[in-house]
Amino acid sequence: MTKSDLDRADVDGFRVAVIGSGPSGFYATEALLRSGTPTAVDMFEQLPVPYGLVRFGVAPDHPKLKLVTTAFDRIAKAPGFRFVGGVAVGRDVSIDELRDCYDAVVLATGADISRSLGIPGEGLPGSHHAGDFVAWYNGHPDYRDCHFDLGCGAATVIGHGNVALDVARILAKTGDELRRTDIAAHALEALAESRIREIRVVGRGRPPQAKFSAKELRDFLDLATCDTTIDSRDVVPDDFTPDNPQDPELTEKLALLRTFSQQALTKPRRCTFRFGLSPFAIRGQGRVETIDFAQPSSAVENIDCGLVFRSVGRRTAPLAGVPYDELRGVHANIEGRVTKGSTVIAGLYVCGWSKRGPSGTIGTNRGCGMATAAAVLADLPARMGQRSRDPDALLARLDTRVARMVSYRDWAAIDAAEKRRGAPLGKPREKFVSLPDMLAAADA
Amino acid sequence: MAYVVTDNCRGCRYTECVTVCPVECFHVDEKMTYIDPENCIDCGGCVPVCPVGAIEPDYRLAADKKFWIDVNRKRAAETPVLTARLPPLPGADARRQELGR
Repeated sequence: MTKSDLDRADVDGFRVAVIGSGPSGFYATEALLRSGTPTAVDMFEQLPVPYGLVRFGVAPDHPKLKLVTTAFDRIAKAPGFRFVGGVAVGRDVSIDELRDCYDAVVLATGADISRSLGIPGEGLPGSHHAGDFVAWYNGHPDYRDCHFDLGCGAATVIGHGNVALDVARILAKTGDELRRTDIAAHALEALAESRIREIRVVGRGRPPQAKFSAKELRDFLDLATCDTTIDSRDVVPDDFTPDNPQDPELTEKLALLRTFSQQALTKPRRCTFRFGLSPFAIRGQGRVETIDFAQPSSAVENIDCGLVFRSVGRRTAPLAGVPYDELRGVHANIEGRVTKGSTVIAGLYVCGWSKRGPSGTIGTNRGCGMATAAAVLADLPARMGQRSRDPDALLARLDTRVARMVSYRDWAAIDAAEKRRGAPLGKPREKFVSLPDMLAAADA
Repeated sequence: MAYVVTDNCRGCRYTECVTVCPVECFHVDEKMTYIDPENCIDCGGCVPVCPVGAIEPDYRLAADKKFWIDVNRKRAAETPVLTARLPPLPGADARRQELGR
């Protein structure tokens, strides 16, 4: 970051720190900067690149959803916005240090920790969190060295949410189906060589209870080399009849599952949706070989596979100095104000998945970020004169404390370099997957 | 594909959709809102928040509602973007009850 990036002329108003640069962080920022209350926002991001799960969560074959970044870039152009990339809150700077310097601190840290099943054998080689696989194929620098044994014939995804569908679909696609997406080069290479032919997506509930959405399920209608099917043992015809025919989402979802149940199987790969199965052990000699499931009748069913992806929810990573709600797996809060017991901690807020838990779409997080911003704005007048230190002096100190602070202009250089790398390959971008490569592009 | 605002919005215009749209693709006139199909990113965030179930993905529309695709495209081009919620139209709650929502 250059000196001019740190300079700030319009420092009359309130100063707010937003921690995290995913959707909810950007939308809270937007609401603050549009409020009419003179406010400047410093957005802290531990990586040199912004957008959170839009970059590292949204699947590479869902490019339209990623167009939301144009809205983020528009927000970042507003006067008073500053991106502080490459600074990890909790490691490079503490929450208390930030609270001393800012009138308000808004946590938008997402839900980084994958939940476990709590069954024996989860730690066997070949057993992975679905979220780690997602971060790997999306080129997250912390996950680029992960290894997934795609040489085995069968993979099982445990969970019936949209992340489970992403994992199953990416496994079901050929190299050619993924080649022109922004998938990380290492993942494309590995997936193009994949020998997985049998994919099972297994959940405890009946078809109407599945949490994935109809839109994601539709993607399974037109896979080049993979048929999608239902195991007829798991379902009765009534399972496909919605209780509430007024619910178009449920009606479509069940109609799709019915279609899958009637499909002729002709393609070399198969993705089977399984229902009513609860996993109770993962077994194998030195690596995953089989999973034991309890059927509704309590009978046991074994599913053999070399790879397991556990996709059973996420929770927020606790942060030193911020009370944690163990039950909900989020920063403890009442409607966006961080609380300790029943007491509100003045000047500390939370939005997005770290406020509500991991649910909803990008749009849900806009409403959520705006609601938290409204709480901040309501409290700001009472915060006047409370902060004891200067945020610009803090950033100057941080600039010497971290390897390389990254501005939004630096990000624009990284972004442009990624797009240039992608162009000859027919990809929208070829992501940099290591911090040194990102920083080199910022400096080029 | 894109999402489409249909007849249930007419006479209600709750505009809850506007608060969740991540790309501000809702336009408005005195009767209802419209989605700009060029800007909609298919996130679907607006569907569950609409109190009267007026929003659907284009492919899911019944045959007699397909014309709303063109109406949304045309009216979005002719009307201003709505960036914040408006009060619902007078009589919206009564109409909502009429619709069985």
